[in-house]
Amino acid sequence: MREINRREFLKLCAGSVAAAGLSQLLLPELARSLPAAGNPPVIWIQGASCTGCSISLLNSTQPGVKEILTEVIDLKFHPNISAAAGELAMRVIDDTKEAGNYYLVVEGAVPTKDGGIYCTVGERDGKEITFLERVKELGAEASAVLAVGTCAAFGGIPAAKPNPTGCKGVRDVFKEAGISTQVINVAGCPPHPDWVVGTLAHLLLFKEAPELDDFGRPKVFFGKCVHDNCPRRQYFDNSIFAKNFSEPGCLLELGCKGPQAHCDSFDRMWNGGVSWCLKAGAPCTACTEKGFPGCAVPFYERMEPIHLPNINATADAVGGALGVAVAAGIGAHLIGNIAKGRIGKKEEGQVKENA
Amino acid sequence: MPKVIVDPVTRIEGHLKIEVEVEGGKVTEAKSSGTLFRGVELILRGHDPRDAQEIVQRICGVCPIGHATAATLALDDAFGIKPPGNGRIIRNLILGANYIQSHILHFYHLAALDYVKAPDNILPLAPRYEGDYRLPEAVNSAAVNHYLQALEMRKKAHEMLAIFGGRAPGQRAIVPGGVTETVDAQKIINFKFRLAELTSFIENVYVPDVLAIAEVYQDWLEIGKGCGNMLAYGAFPVDDDGELFFKRGRYTEGVDGEVDPDKITEDVKYSWYEDDTGGKKPTESVITPAPKKEGAYSWMKAPRYDGKVHEVGPLARMWVAGDPEIRSLGEKAFSVMGRHAARALECKKLAHAMAGWLEQLQPGEPTCTPHEVPREAEGVGLTEAARGALGHWIKIKGGRIEKYNAVVPTTWNGGPRDEKGQPGPIEQALVGTPVKDPNNPIELVRVVRSFDPCLACAVHVITPDRDVRKFRVY
Repeated sequence: MREINRREFLKLCAGSVAAAGLSQLLLPELARSLPAAGNPPVIWIQGASCTGCSISLLNSTQPGVKEILTEVIDLKFHPNISAAAGELAMRVIDDTKEAGNYYLVVEGAVPTKDGGIYCTVGERDGKEITFLERVKELGAEASAVLAVGTCAAFGGIPAAKPNPTGCKGVRDVFKEAGISTQVINVAGCPPHPDWVVGTLAHLLLFKEAPELDDFGRPKVFFGKCVHDNCPRRQYFDNSIFAKNFSEPGCLLELGCKGPQAHCDSFDRMWNGGVSWCLKAGAPCTACTEKGFPGCAVPFYERMEPIHLPNINATADAVGGALGVAVAAGIGAHLIGNIAKGRIGKKEEGQVKENA
Repeated sequence: MPKVIVDPVTRIEGHLKIEVEVEGGKVTEAKSSGTLFRGVELILRGHDPRDAQEIVQRICGVCPIGHATAATLALDDAFGIKPPGNGRIIRNLILGANYIQSHILHFYHLAALDYVKAPDNILPLAPRYEGDYRLPEAVNSAAVNHYLQALEMRKKAHEMLAIFGGRAPGQRAIVPGGVTETVDAQKIINFKFRLAELTSFIENVYVPDVLAIAEVYQDWLEIGKGCGNMLAYGAFPVDDDGELFFKRGRYTEGVDGEVDPDKITEDVKYSWYEDDTGGKKPTESVITPAPKKEGAYSWMKAPRYDGKVHEVGPLARMWVAGDPEIRSLGEKAFSVMGRHAARALECKKLAHAMAGWLEQLQPGEPTCTPHEVPREAEGVGLTEAARGALGHWIKIKGGRIEKYNAVVPTTWNGGPRDEKGQPGPIEQALVGTPVKDPNNPIELVRVVRSFDPCLACAVHVITPDRDVRKFRVY
């Protein structure tokens, strides 16, 4: 079997093709690319998190979690899976750090207020270690860091106004501490397991991150706008808008933030191809975006129309005006609809929050 | 007096530390502390009320459905609406699917490794605390295979959940008034065959494994009793009049009783919150973090019913419902093995009920009741997450959230001492636990994990300035 090249790999990772057998093709490749010393060590730590990203990863189908653990990586520590607890667990982490050449996965935001006192993980010499310290010390030595989920990438829900604990994403923490380790943002609340596995596989196969957008997200997964690829797009073009939940129609009036969201759920689908948010009639909340949740609330109120020159907007193209609704040609269309009285005007005096 | 500290406690949800004093080989005093505070309730203030059910799901990624359920019940209450039959049933099916996922995950992937000796070659299943792993070889190796099979099964439970929920975790369908998804024959069939496969796994693998382990570890029916009081709000409405499949009720100091939500208060004497916020009802609750407060050791509050400590969770639900298998154990059910048995038997009971609910769905009929957001309103949503009684309280003013409070299962179980100095259920359950080797405190994690703690709303401890003996574990 010949070696897989980068283009083939990305094609393999792209949307609906993935279900056709990422594992059949990827696993032998991964197995072959592994160093003689064994699978690359991975440390997974959780900060201001809810474990949702880990639970999502457990839903990985191609390859399954079992294959990932036995054939792809050497998961030295994971808070929910590790048999070890307490000091024993802490020592596993320290030993892995000493040995070097490991990847660090961070789940959850990093509380920074009051010296990071709002989240501690374990102790050293009878003193709690803050998660803030942990991320910096493990991150500085890591080969690369995967910020898994929107909290680790950008701060996410715990960093929403008023951000009671001063939560930040890993990149911001590193920037302030002068740590130069590369951080790859696998955004999503939660991220799709393929986004995590695919990014990790690329790292292991090619020893570098896949191409990233301006927000540090792999373009292969986050390069497309939800609204431009929505199966309900026809409704939008024909100005058919659902007015109540569970009705057919474009969900814009019910607060859909698809025009400012980038991911490939419309193609990839979730949970073994069973469904995804929009299919279930749920308006997109733009959970992969840097401004989430501030840029998307109220979740069930229509977003502000914004004029944009290009129809197929990627996050880079629009420069990601944070907290501002980013829409692809949506402004003119909406205004036209309002003028024709197909949809109502937004109420005056509604407060728009920003994260 | 040696002190044993386990921090972090792994294979639970979230950040927990336990600290115990051991004397004469037994625990004499215990402290349970959460080590993370995010302030989700503070974040909710000022939001559109309907944002609540999305944001609260991020309280916990293992049981987000419980939170979405409690939030939408509170919103239904505040908006004065009821979901149509289909909406009620789909909510139940989504919540039920997550119970199955959560219970399987808990037993096999979080708890079983304290009883089953995992192969040393699969990281991160080694290293581990050493201790009395006493399963016969055949049972042990079957259980290891089931660990891997259970990974597939919990994944299947999430697929089932996503059929109506859109995705899992963090489903998207549950909204005020019902659900956003519609009913058709294909979804019913897709759900049905997955449920059948899961039911078969629960009956033929999960329940027998729990019983096999309980058989060999019978002494654990005597350990980890806890407070002996049980509380359940009940869940899964089976008709439009609010009849519940899991019953509401309590068992206090040996007597069965009714539940009056007005008797719930939260103490903060030992929590990192300003003292004047203590002893309040959930409707009056305010949150003012005070991370440097003297004497405090946890981010969890201490909820009490009528001033008394109560345990919540599958054991409480099965006990309160008068389940014959659990009641036949007598108060021995209040134990480490009793909790595991109750969880497994509940899982079986629920899976069978879900098959019946699925049949009641009406394709093409409405799934959601339209609503308006009121300017001023209050609402309460009481339900049961997989881990126990869960209540959300909301106050709306000017069309926005003025106050939001969630009292979660692990706060009931894992919370600290209260004003009167009464320890919480996990703290009480730890007292008296034999610790054979302080360097390998496997007994402590067995007790803690039997409660299936979920700490994503939790805690942190300031160690007092004294000599803490450190145990090296090799």
